[in-house]
Amino acid sequence: MDSTIVLFLLQDGITNGAVYALLGFALVLVFTITRVIFIPQGEFVAFGGLTYAALRAGNVPNTVPLLMIFGVLALLAGLWARRKSWSTAITVRDIALTVLLPALVWALALALGNTPRPAAVDVLLTIAIVAPMGPYLYRIAFEPLVEASVLTLFIAAIAVHLGMTALGLAFFGPEGLRAPPLLAGSMTLGPLLITGQSMAVYITVLVLIVALWLLFGFTLSGKALRATAINRAGARLVGIATEQAGRIAFGLAAILGAISGILIVPTTTLYYDSGFLVGMKGFVAAIVGGLASYPLTGLAALAIGTAEAFAAFHASAYKEVIVFALVMPVLLWRSLGAAQSHDEEE
Amino acid sequence: MLPRPLAAVLLVLLAALPLFGVFPSFWVTLANNIGLAALIAMGLVLLTGVGGMTSFGQAAFVGFGGYTTALLTTAWGISPWLSLFASLAVTGVMALILGLVTVRLAGHYLPLGTLAWGISLYYLFGKVDFLGRHDGIGGIPAPSVFGISLIDPRAMYPVIWGAVSLSAWATINLLNSRSGRAIRALRGHGEMARSFGVDKSRFKLLVFVYAALLAGLSGWLYAHVQRAVNPTPFGVVPGMEYLFMAVLGGAGQVGGAILGAGLVIVLKDVLQRVTPQLFGPDLQIEAVVFGAIILATLQFARDGLWPRLAGILLQPKAPLQPVDAAPLPKRAASPPTPGPLLALDGVTKKFGGLVAVNNVSFGVGRGEIVALIGPNGAGKSTTFDLVTGVQALTSGRVSFDGASLANATPNIVAARGIGRTFQHTKLVADMTLLENVAIGAHQRGSANALSSILRLDRAEEARLLAEAQRQIVRVGLGQHTATHAGNLALGQQRIAEIARALALDPRLLLLDEPAAGLRHFEKVALAELLRQLRAEGMTILLVEHDMGFVMGLVDRIVVLDFGVKIAEGKPEAIRSDPAVIEAYLGGVE
Repeated sequence: MDSTIVLFLLQDGITNGAVYALLGFALVLVFTITRVIFIPQGEFVAFGGLTYAALRAGNVPNTVPLLMIFGVLALLAGLWARRKSWSTAITVRDIALTVLLPALVWALALALGNTPRPAAVDVLLTIAIVAPMGPYLYRIAFEPLVEASVLTLFIAAIAVHLGMTALGLAFFGPEGLRAPPLLAGSMTLGPLLITGQSMAVYITVLVLIVALWLLFGFTLSGKALRATAINRAGARLVGIATEQAGRIAFGLAAILGAISGILIVPTTTLYYDSGFLVGMKGFVAAIVGGLASYPLTGLAALAIGTAEAFAAFHASAYKEVIVFALVMPVLLWRSLGAAQSHDEEE
Repeated sequence: MLPRPLAAVLLVLLAALPLFGVFPSFWVTLANNIGLAALIAMGLVLLTGVGGMTSFGQAAFVGFGGYTTALLTTAWGISPWLSLFASLAVTGVMALILGLVTVRLAGHYLPLGTLAWGISLYYLFGKVDFLGRHDGIGGIPAPSVFGISLIDPRAMYPVIWGAVSLSAWATINLLNSRSGRAIRALRGHGEMARSFGVDKSRFKLLVFVYAALLAGLSGWLYAHVQRAVNPTPFGVVPGMEYLFMAVLGGAGQVGGAILGAGLVIVLKDVLQRVTPQLFGPDLQIEAVVFGAIILATLQFARDGLWPRLAGILLQPKAPLQPVDAAPLPKRAASPPTPGPLLALDGVTKKFGGLVAVNNVSFGVGRGEIVALIGPNGAGKSTTFDLVTGVQALTSGRVSFDGASLANATPNIVAARGIGRTFQHTKLVADMTLLENVAIGAHQRGSANALSSILRLDRAEEARLLAEAQRQIVRVGLGQHTATHAGNLALGQQRIAEIARALALDPRLLLLDEPAAGLRHFEKVALAELLRQLRAEGMTILLVEHDMGFVMGLVDRIVVLDFGVKIAEGKPEAIRSDPAVIEAYLGGVE
């Protein structure tokens, strides 16, 4: 193995790792705010990638009707939750957010049809399609369980994962999709050949990190999210609507998932169920960060991407076996550090 | 409502139906599949429902069982009945290795860990050459009995359901034993169990391996029913489904596992046959429906469906009753050592820069009641933790009956004969008072899990329960023996904790704020009980807030303030001690 290969593998690993980092951030975000270990994060990746690929090919993606289904279910879940305290104002607002919004997005997708358009339009439309699924999902599956234990929420997340994978198959079919690169061309930097696609990944991830930093550090809703993450009861006492915080967290997670999908789909063919493994690697990173630290999660994600690239080169058949087996020592290390009170929770 | 024995007879008659030819063979196959899944779900009942460890990786153990027999019977031509032992051995060893790491994972890291090795092992099964990679292994022979081949699903049916029945019997036996009580205390009461000598990690590992063995047995049966294995049924998605069966049925009870497995298998089968006709071949609606049902179960029936169904159909289970049995051996009386029974000498505990307990010395003499009092933050609870082994000393010495208690863990402290209660009562809510108190006697029994499964422990079990009953009567809760601990009033719970500590046959009782939250008449009864125990020769150290309660009861009082001992003496002297008055009421200006 010469230095060119090492450099190539490193670059490959960092590109993949950058995407895992985004997913890891989303998982930390969701866990700290809602205590949900969000296994279905990977489905947003698959939905995002497949939606973008379909849009690029000039088709109306099947996530559009799927979004409508999620919206209607969220509306019903809201009505059920408020069955004893009817409020016309809230119901009207809910209908606007859960039915009109998907309808609007649907109309937009139909109107665009197969008109040629810049990739940026498709990126934005993809986010508009996938992002609302996050809050809808929270409304349907997790808001009713808001007081439940972490383990109960975890089991709920697994149920959602299975359901969403099946919906993915129903709406996308078993065939995979791939999209053209986000940025064409390539550039050389010393011995390195950097493709436009890799550049697009690096730039996007850096921009998103800065955006998240600005959101949490300098905006009121970002600070409210942080407050909810640190102390839920305390946040409620000072007037922060923690359900709202949960929906925002899921919305952000869906956006990060969709963007990850868009970044992956030009280099890898995505199938309806591809998201799970990608998401799980984000998970491994988030666990290294203790489901709490963003910088640690980011570093771990880069390490996982690199480890995976080298594992693929040396023992490609055993890539997944190795990556997931490496999780056990990390979990053990995390458990030893965790407070003893952990298992007294239930 | 049906009496339980009648229900059992009906069940057996129902179970015999598929043996007859009129029963459609398609239904026999379905019943076989339910049995295979029920075995795995039963392991999860113990692991998750009772032991509190959520596993998504059980399918991997099914894989170990299935692949082992597949390999041995095809490549080496070994008889399936012999390879059964190999299947169980391989599964057991793998479970032991994975379990040693997994049971040490804290909180939600544990299910994440099972997911991780579940994925890893699934890919491993699909990559290894001698396991046939993704194609797996085919041509597995059917087992035969007296020359009759069990190739027909109808012939395998009694084998599968025989295995389910035996496993259910074994699991129920295990749960209703000394080991079972320790296992039932694992979830949420680990600290309590430890202070009665229960080795937490050992029992967690035991449950983990037991659940894996049931899965391995199911894998062996599966391989010989299908007569082919490949990685697909051993992946994480099936692993998740098994957990859902346990959650849906009710993760705490054996009946729940069978109910959950039945519902899920039948539902999947119906949906798989109906939906293609309605929606076309691509729509696998069953996973969506399945996910929705699980979410609904979590929202509306978190204990699963079995407790509700059993509540409607069956007469309630008769609570466990003690029988008369010979008393357990008492702790050997050691020759009296000079000095007090418990002695603290210069005990200090620092948390970083904070000195919580600073150079505290005092003793508790035999047959004495001593109270440790002081305002909030005085270091009483920390001192208590230092004696019970929950926290380690920074410096100083604690000795019990002349021998040091340095570095003693709660198990060892219990073994030395120190029984304790907890400030916030720690009783297992869904166990009866009798079973809770029997946990106190854990160290006085020795029956292991295997003897419990085979019911060889019944003589010792009777003595343990009789001892628990004696202590319950001793503290005056005799009419509540069969009450679930969760239904006792707070005052009764505090007394019950004392009974549990007494079941240890202690030489010293440590009571952590026994009167907190009690009403006046309950305090009077508690004081009366403690006086009675002293009259019987018991030594008692109690931490207490309630001055009135302490004053009329104890022989001596030790007062702490800001981690330092400020006074020690008889109640009358303490009452007028200026330093104590200042600590409690503030200084006189």
